[in-house]
Amino acid sequence: MNINDVILKTVSKAVVLIILTFGIYLFFSGHNHPGGGFIGGLVIASAFVLMFLSYDSETVSEALPIDFKKLSGLGVLLAMSSGIAPMFLGGAFLSQSFGYFDLPIFGKTELATVTIFEAGIALTVIGVVVNIILSISEDE
Amino acid sequence: MYLLILAILVPFFFTAFIPLIHNRVGSIHLGWLVLVVPLVLFSIFVVQVPTISNSDTLMQTVHWIPSLGINFTVYLDGLSLIMALLITGMGALVVLYSIYYLSPSDSFPHFYAYLLLFMGAMLGVVLSDNLLVLYVFWELTSISSFLLIAFWYHRKNSRYGAQKSLLITVFGGLGMLAGFLMLHSMTGTFSIREIVATIGQYPEHALFYPAMFLILLGAFTKSAQFPFHIWLPDAMEAPTPVSAYLHSATMVKAGIYLVARFTPVFGGNAAWFWTVTLVGLVTLFWGAYCAVRQTDLKALLAYSTISQLGLIMSLFGLGSAALHFGDGEQGALYGLAIFAALFHMVNHSTFKGALFMVVGIVDHQVGTRDIRRLGGLMAALPITFTFAVIGSFSMAGLPFLNGFLSKEMFFTASVNAASLPIFGASTWGIVIPIIAWIASVLTFVYCMIFVFRTFFGTPQSKKADRKQVEPTLGMLVSPAILCVFIIGLFFAPNLLGDHLLRPALNGIIPEISGATPHIYAWHGFNTELFMTLGIVIVGSALYLTFRSWIKIFRLQPAGWTFTALYNSFLKNLKRASNWITTHYMTGHLPSYFAYIFMFFILAAGGALIFTGALSIDLTSDSPISVYEGLLTAVMAIAAISILFAKSHLAAVLLNGVLGFSIAIFFVLFRAPDLALTQLVIETVTTVLFLLCFLFLPEWTAEDSSKRTKFRNAFIAIGAGVTITLIGLTVNSGKLFESISGYFENSYELAGGDNIVNAILGDFRAFDTMLESLVLFIAGLGVYTLIRLKLGKGSGKDEHQ
Repeated sequence: MNINDVILKTVSKAVVLIILTFGIYLFFSGHNHPGGGFIGGLVIASAFVLMFLSYDSETVSEALPIDFKKLSGLGVLLAMSSGIAPMFLGGAFLSQSFGYFDLPIFGKTELATVTIFEAGIALTVIGVVVNIILSISEDE
Repeated sequence: MYLLILAILVPFFFTAFIPLIHNRVGSIHLGWLVLVVPLVLFSIFVVQVPTISNSDTLMQTVHWIPSLGINFTVYLDGLSLIMALLITGMGALVVLYSIYYLSPSDSFPHFYAYLLLFMGAMLGVVLSDNLLVLYVFWELTSISSFLLIAFWYHRKNSRYGAQKSLLITVFGGLGMLAGFLMLHSMTGTFSIREIVATIGQYPEHALFYPAMFLILLGAFTKSAQFPFHIWLPDAMEAPTPVSAYLHSATMVKAGIYLVARFTPVFGGNAAWFWTVTLVGLVTLFWGAYCAVRQTDLKALLAYSTISQLGLIMSLFGLGSAALHFGDGEQGALYGLAIFAALFHMVNHSTFKGALFMVVGIVDHQVGTRDIRRLGGLMAALPITFTFAVIGSFSMAGLPFLNGFLSKEMFFTASVNAASLPIFGASTWGIVIPIIAWIASVLTFVYCMIFVFRTFFGTPQSKKADRKQVEPTLGMLVSPAILCVFIIGLFFAPNLLGDHLLRPALNGIIPEISGATPHIYAWHGFNTELFMTLGIVIVGSALYLTFRSWIKIFRLQPAGWTFTALYNSFLKNLKRASNWITTHYMTGHLPSYFAYIFMFFILAAGGALIFTGALSIDLTSDSPISVYEGLLTAVMAIAAISILFAKSHLAAVLLNGVLGFSIAIFFVLFRAPDLALTQLVIETVTTVLFLLCFLFLPEWTAEDSSKRTKFRNAFIAIGAGVTITLIGLTVNSGKLFESISGYFENSYELAGGDNIVNAILGDFRAFDTMLESLVLFIAGLGVYTLIRLKLGKGSGKDEHQ
């Protein structure tokens, strides 16, 4: 381990936290402000990529036992099933709805089904981006 | 409320659960759990019988893509109910049979997952009213059939058979899709019921005949009609329960179902009448002719299935004449053929299912199904022998079995057709009963071969591999139930006729009210009875003298078969595409860019000029600010510097300058979402570049000739100019009103202030969903390509 690695690892520990927080913020703020599932997913993915860059992939895989291939499949499945569900409630495929609810801590909050769809998109993006970068980096 | 829709979806849901439960079932065979699905579904459909026999129909709709007219509409009438009962009933028997048939080394979860997938898809085909939904399920049946044929995928023949069936049925399916789209452009609807109601307005439409022939192509390939029958014998590589289920009782009847469903659309038309009838008759004859020469019991049954499917198909062709006459005595007379077709469709499922199960038992207990190595099994397998006699004598059309009744009705229909006063049948119609009779004689011969060569004669136990005893009781239950139906339907055919066949008939030829057929076992001494007597006499004589005329099959030159044609087509296709690919896939990236950009310049630039769309109007543009000018200058400098870069790193960094500058442009133009996305994408791309450094060759200056350099510069400038012109044109010309006003109400419509996201997740969510799917597939593709190590270790399964 040389001196550059120490700096990189120490800095990335802090930075990853910031990027992840920012990514999650972007994901939820997307409804009314810039952000959304795609960007949120990309930012979270770039945090993971930074982790893989500064540490080796074995260490990260141990701390983060996620199969990113399955994650991307799960994302597509989630996005699709969020579209199929309204069909059984009389709506068309992928029709979204929203409503305003009084929640204990948040107060009056808007809940929208589009968030489930966006979560599917985000998971797909995270899974695909990390998976591509991992497979290229692990290729001999 | 959505009972029927759920009935279609239940097998799919259960399929998803199989991987989760199969490890937890312990000593219980997975098949017992799977058996619940067809049994429950069967009882759901049986409950509908009283409704349907009152000539009522059921319809349930779930909106899918209403804006495109695609809805998941389930429509249950007599015809779909018959098919649904066959699918679920035969499904239950086959699952039960498979519990005893499969060996412990087979992968049960795969087998039952594929089988349930098929069951759901097939139910979807027969219950869908919407053409596009029907098409999706139709292709799903092809895919599940492919998976089931290749179930023992380590065998070369299984893979060959699976590929052949998939290529042929999907080829037909694509034709059918084109036919469906033509029907839609004619009538403006995808609903079969609405098409039936309005098709009378378009008899002279230019697309009427193309649509008809394309839909028939789908039906003929699926139902293994001549000359597309060649996939069915190779499909026999599937496990025998699959052959009994998909390749004789249900899936191959999808084409027949389609013809029946579309008879009210296209029937009463000479082209439909002759195409369906003649293809059916030729298939009937050719299947029977080929079946006689087979030495493998399953191949014999495969050709006999082809032949019987041809018989049913020709009956639907003959019956379509009824629609020409309309309501009245004549219409009712020819409508009988459709009634006979429906009846024979049910009968064929019973006796052919039983026969396949008999072959499965013989194969399972004796270890071979080659009739040259079989014989004298009557003493060892007396119960199986009884089933074989009942099944094949019914297929031969002998009395006291259901096949006799439908065979007699087939002869009635063919004799009636000979005196048909329309479609030029008065001159050529006589051919129909003659072909029917000859094919029936051959049918009789192969039925006798099936019974007598297998179960009579000298026992050949020395050549057989195993001890020959009856199998466990469980394996005999399913064929026994089918045999009960074979005999029961002879004595009480009108129970089926009144409750199921007549409502189905009324659905196919609705305007003919006089068609109230009744099935009689005894008609007196008429033409049909003498035809049957002739078949028995001539057939017996032919069977007894079999060895002296078998040489006639050698007259057909070897290599003059449709299978040989198919094989050479595949071979040449591979060779041609290999030739083309090696000529343009040179591995030289600059050439690829040259192809792509030249195509782009010609296609996009050409369209821009020839359609006269090119118009540049700069008057209403806002002035260029200092920031924009500076940024453009930075980008231009970076782009030009790339040309003179001396290392990979410099080139990548300069490329990054371009990307980040675009992000700043997005900020200037107040598009924060785009700017954010562009920034993150640039970052991730840079990481990708860094990873790829390892694999890149040394940076060397292209040592290309002046001419090549000039050509490349020309293409590069051309592409840039084309893009610029398109951009300026788009900004200047207003071909239609802007639609962006609609999206500005996103807070009321979608509950979100961010218009970009409201569009992505709500207004145009379908695009987004498909994009994420594309992304997912691309990711899997990258992963597979990198992990795929050609050469060592791969292909060891290839040549077993």
